[in-house]
Amino acid sequence: MLSPRRVLGRSEPWVFAAIVALSLLIQARSGQFFTGNNLVDLARALVVPALFSIGCMMVIVSGGIDVSFTAIASLAMYVTDKTLLARGYDGTVLLPYAMSAGLGLLMGALNGFLIAFLRLPTLIVTLGTSSLYTGLMFGAFAASASDVPPSIAAHGKQILFTAVNSDLGLTSTMPAQILILAGVLVLVFFLLRYTMLGRGIYAIGGDEAAAERAGFNVRAIKMFLYCFVGVLAGVTGIVRISMIAYADPSTMLGMELPVIAAVVLGGTRVTGGVGTLTGTTLGVALMTILANSLILMGVPTYWSRAFTGAVIIIGTGVTAWQTGLTRRGGRALSRPATGAPA
Amino acid sequence: MSDNVLKVEGVAKAFGGVQALKGVSLEIEKGEIHCLAGENGCGKSTLIKVISGVHEPDAGTIEIEGRRFARLAPMQAIALGVQVIYQDFSVFPNLSVMENLALNMEVMDHRVFMNYRRAKAIAAHAVSQIGFDVDLDERVETLAVADRQLIAICRALLQNSKLIIMDEPTAALTKREVKALFGVIKDLQSRGISILFVSHKLDEVFEISERFTILRGGENVASGSTRELDRRAFALYMTGREFADASYRPAAAPGPPVLSVRNLTRRGAYTNISFDLAPGEILGITGLLGSGRTELVETIFGVVQPDSGSIEIGGKPARLRSVRAAIRAGVGYVPSDRLTEGLFLPQTIERNLVVAVLERLSGWLGVLRRQAVVETTERWIADLSIATKDPSLPVRTLSGGNQQKVVLARWLANDLKVLILNGPTMGVDIGSKYDIHALIRGLAEHGLAVVIVSDDLPEVLACASRIVVMQNGAFVQELDPASTTETKLGELSTGVA
Amino acid sequence: MTAITAAAGGRARRSRDENVIRLLGLLVFVFVLMTILRPAQFATLADFNSMMRQFPEYGIMAIGMSLTMITGGIDLGVVGAANLSAIVAAKFLVAAVPPGAPPQQVVPYLVAAVGLALATGLACGAFAGILIARFNIPAILATLGTQQLYTGIAIGITSGRPQSHLPLLYSKVGNTEFLNFFPLSFILFVAIAVAAGFMLSRTRFGTSLYMIGTNAQAASYAGLTNASILLRTYMISGFLSSVAGLIMMARANSAKAEYGVPYTLQCVLIAVLGGIDPYGGSGNIAGVTLAILILQFLSSGLNMFNNVSNFYRDVIWGGVLLLVLVVNRFLSRRSERRAVLKAS
Repeated sequence: MLSPRRVLGRSEPWVFAAIVALSLLIQARSGQFFTGNNLVDLARALVVPALFSIGCMMVIVSGGIDVSFTAIASLAMYVTDKTLLARGYDGTVLLPYAMSAGLGLLMGALNGFLIAFLRLPTLIVTLGTSSLYTGLMFGAFAASASDVPPSIAAHGKQILFTAVNSDLGLTSTMPAQILILAGVLVLVFFLLRYTMLGRGIYAIGGDEAAAERAGFNVRAIKMFLYCFVGVLAGVTGIVRISMIAYADPSTMLGMELPVIAAVVLGGTRVTGGVGTLTGTTLGVALMTILANSLILMGVPTYWSRAFTGAVIIIGTGVTAWQTGLTRRGGRALSRPATGAPA
Repeated sequence: MSDNVLKVEGVAKAFGGVQALKGVSLEIEKGEIHCLAGENGCGKSTLIKVISGVHEPDAGTIEIEGRRFARLAPMQAIALGVQVIYQDFSVFPNLSVMENLALNMEVMDHRVFMNYRRAKAIAAHAVSQIGFDVDLDERVETLAVADRQLIAICRALLQNSKLIIMDEPTAALTKREVKALFGVIKDLQSRGISILFVSHKLDEVFEISERFTILRGGENVASGSTRELDRRAFALYMTGREFADASYRPAAAPGPPVLSVRNLTRRGAYTNISFDLAPGEILGITGLLGSGRTELVETIFGVVQPDSGSIEIGGKPARLRSVRAAIRAGVGYVPSDRLTEGLFLPQTIERNLVVAVLERLSGWLGVLRRQAVVETTERWIADLSIATKDPSLPVRTLSGGNQQKVVLARWLANDLKVLILNGPTMGVDIGSKYDIHALIRGLAEHGLAVVIVSDDLPEVLACASRIVVMQNGAFVQELDPASTTETKLGELSTGVA
Repeated sequence: MTAITAAAGGRARRSRDENVIRLLGLLVFVFVLMTILRPAQFATLADFNSMMRQFPEYGIMAIGMSLTMITGGIDLGVVGAANLSAIVAAKFLVAAVPPGAPPQQVVPYLVAAVGLALATGLACGAFAGILIARFNIPAILATLGTQQLYTGIAIGITSGRPQSHLPLLYSKVGNTEFLNFFPLSFILFVAIAVAAGFMLSRTRFGTSLYMIGTNAQAASYAGLTNASILLRTYMISGFLSSVAGLIMMARANSAKAEYGVPYTLQCVLIAVLGGIDPYGGSGNIAGVTLAILILQFLSSGLNMFNNVSNFYRDVIWGGVLLLVLVVNRFLSRRSERRAVLKAS
């Protein structure tokens, strides 16, 4: 079934090889890579970008692009946090999750409406809503770093296990939130592979007009997609503030570009139709290892951003070359199918 | 009650203020191959969309197997056994063959979950219907065009189809693939499935269909048995004009060559090609898709580079490293796919016309000389009688034939020595086709050297003063059009003879 | 700006003129609204002067962004290139100019610093252009990467700290006002807008941008050298970014890796509001200029309401962007139908 040609034509094996090579390199230079606490630290750093990347990958597969998910996550978690604090909320962590997810749903629905029903270009729409949501957060809610309700703080302290590095005397804890990531991965895997909705997302990314003719309800699928991504962003917002134990409105802003880069690095085709969870997770892992291991590799902190930029350029360059985008260079967006009357 | 599978009566449909269909009728019997023909804009596509439920007619009825409808929903049409295979086949390039075959079925059945075992069974059944041998796990984007079409056909057969509508199914196929497709169509017919075959290629209409219906300007102009139809009548019905078939002879004996190609080789495309072309000659190159014909002419236009060999233009060695170099040397090229390679649809007619000669129309620092631009545009619109009121309208407002004339004019506006046309009348309606042929002949008479690459054998025979047949990257035979028949040419180019 | 519109080729561009007229209407509306709401402050000479000192820096970047969007691309790296250019100039000035040097001695250093900054901008643009034109990386990803890279290099060479202690002469020259009213940055903006407008509507290169943006493949078959044209477009964008960077440096009297971060989005917004088709192939500088003015009027007007937070600007700009998209959507559907009717 899986011929060598088909395996090597995909990007997952290459990203995996890159991760292995990088790990060995860091291990050789610092001797600290394959230690329990480093791996746990990496897992901790991976949770939030990985959650974002899942939704981001789904959107890119459908032929769109979304830069508003961090703004949605920030506004959803901030409003949730402030509202619950003001009411002295003392219940379980489920309500914050539900509330933030609901707000995310509303904001995602606006994206979905503009994109699915008015057929507006996704990049520009999400740039616009992103500005709208961050503006609302800092303007209408005068956001600044704030405490979190006790249940969220407690949730942040839930750990699965602790890894101790006896050489350096460091301990790292595995956050319970990684279970949320695992759950979302399983859910989305099932959704994308075993439901008609999921196959519809791929079908739309492959050929929107053909999907419409096949009987897929393209508008509904797109609407669902952007709502789902909104919900996911809302949940991610709470995951983030629980892990850092305070609600910083700007903690997630600016993550969208590295996340998109990781998704593309993982083999998701920018023009839509192709992308896997495995590839995406590997892409995020590669970016996270890079970002968190610069010090281990002896790269000065101030240079980390330049380094990330270089990786994005090299990674997307290789992917673009590999997926044969040769004829589409220079185009920022692909035109949507237009149903002009004959 | 006759055994009509489809009976359309008095269907009318308007878009905005444009009346696309003005009371059209169409009858198709069970197990019949019926050809629907007409020029672009005659209402063919609208009629198909009415039958398949995409458009709701303003008036008239559609009768499918004796049941009358004033309007249909797309899903209803499919449930009644009407299937449309669009020109682009409506396949998902990013998905596997299996999913392409099974997804539509699953959507129709309102499935919520994707069951791969069931999908595999559906797909295996689908391909077995016409004995199509394909790897079900292959991604469709890696398949050839003809295979994608077979996938679309297999998929249509899954729905218990009674009528399959094929919208210009041969447009992207080679001769050999067309033969194979016709075999499949005949097979479907033998199972009692009716085919509505939309085409404006006369030979195909003759070869495959029993009856025909021709539309013009949204109205029926003729229908009947294909046996009673000939080329002249067909063209007359399609266009309402009379055309004479004539072949081209250069006025005078050819002088010294303007284009000399010697031992040109590009690995994997063509080998050891040599020929001369003199002003006033029209060289017809024919051969199958993949015979190296497009690569050869694109080499002369500087798009691709040869591995060895030489090209001389106007007696001087030409090093055509880029398209721009070829244009400077006096070569013009009308590419085969007008829409994706030739035109800038939303841009003005003017811009489309002058794009290749911007250099000549601009002065210091590349500033365009407005007056020169306007004059050039007006001159060529007049010379080629391009039907437009205003060159500042987008080029997409023109008909296919006029669009092709714009692409032609783009090159004529240059100081042209050699004009290469790749499929110059593909997808152009008959009326414009004759115009374009006359135009090409006129250009040659005025001393231009012309190369025509075409699948359309009558076209090659009518235009060329010499014909070469290409096979597997080599010239296999040179023919004189006056002493060649279409059949012989067809056999040579497919390698049957 | 009407001169550019008129020069744009009379009858040739009806639809574009419609867009410009619409924007002009919107501009007048915003202007009148603000004048009514804040008569004492808005539309005073002092206010015009302050507006003229604000918009050139992002306006110039927006023009560069618009050019890349006309080719069907986008340049998300404009702000990174601007800051990096300014930082290079600032580092050079701080290192090279002897402290307390008299003005006439400083002049050659200033010229060299400006030259260095412009060269940096060109190099930044060239790098993005090579990635896009030669390596066929989609513009959105390539420039997303260059934005990170340029900002990263800027942080790296400055350790994230602002570069100040520039020679006084620099900000003095940079903040010169002609006729005691027109800031140098405004004059630069006008010159650049006129030049870009002329280039787009009247030159071979400008026409090529539209053609590539419409159909890159057809453009290459028509003999346009796509790769070199795209490369030059991104170089122009980089160059304009460095001019904007120098203006920012003069205003703030320092250079920093993270100045003007929201400008990236603002530039896209301006381009789209100004009628640049995000899919490429259409739009003009007259529209972009009007869009810049509309946004400047809006934000200056809002600043006069003490109880309105600065962040509402983001809300309004995002909202205006979406609104314009929606309105354009309906209008283009209508004009499409009209064109079809007219042609048949």
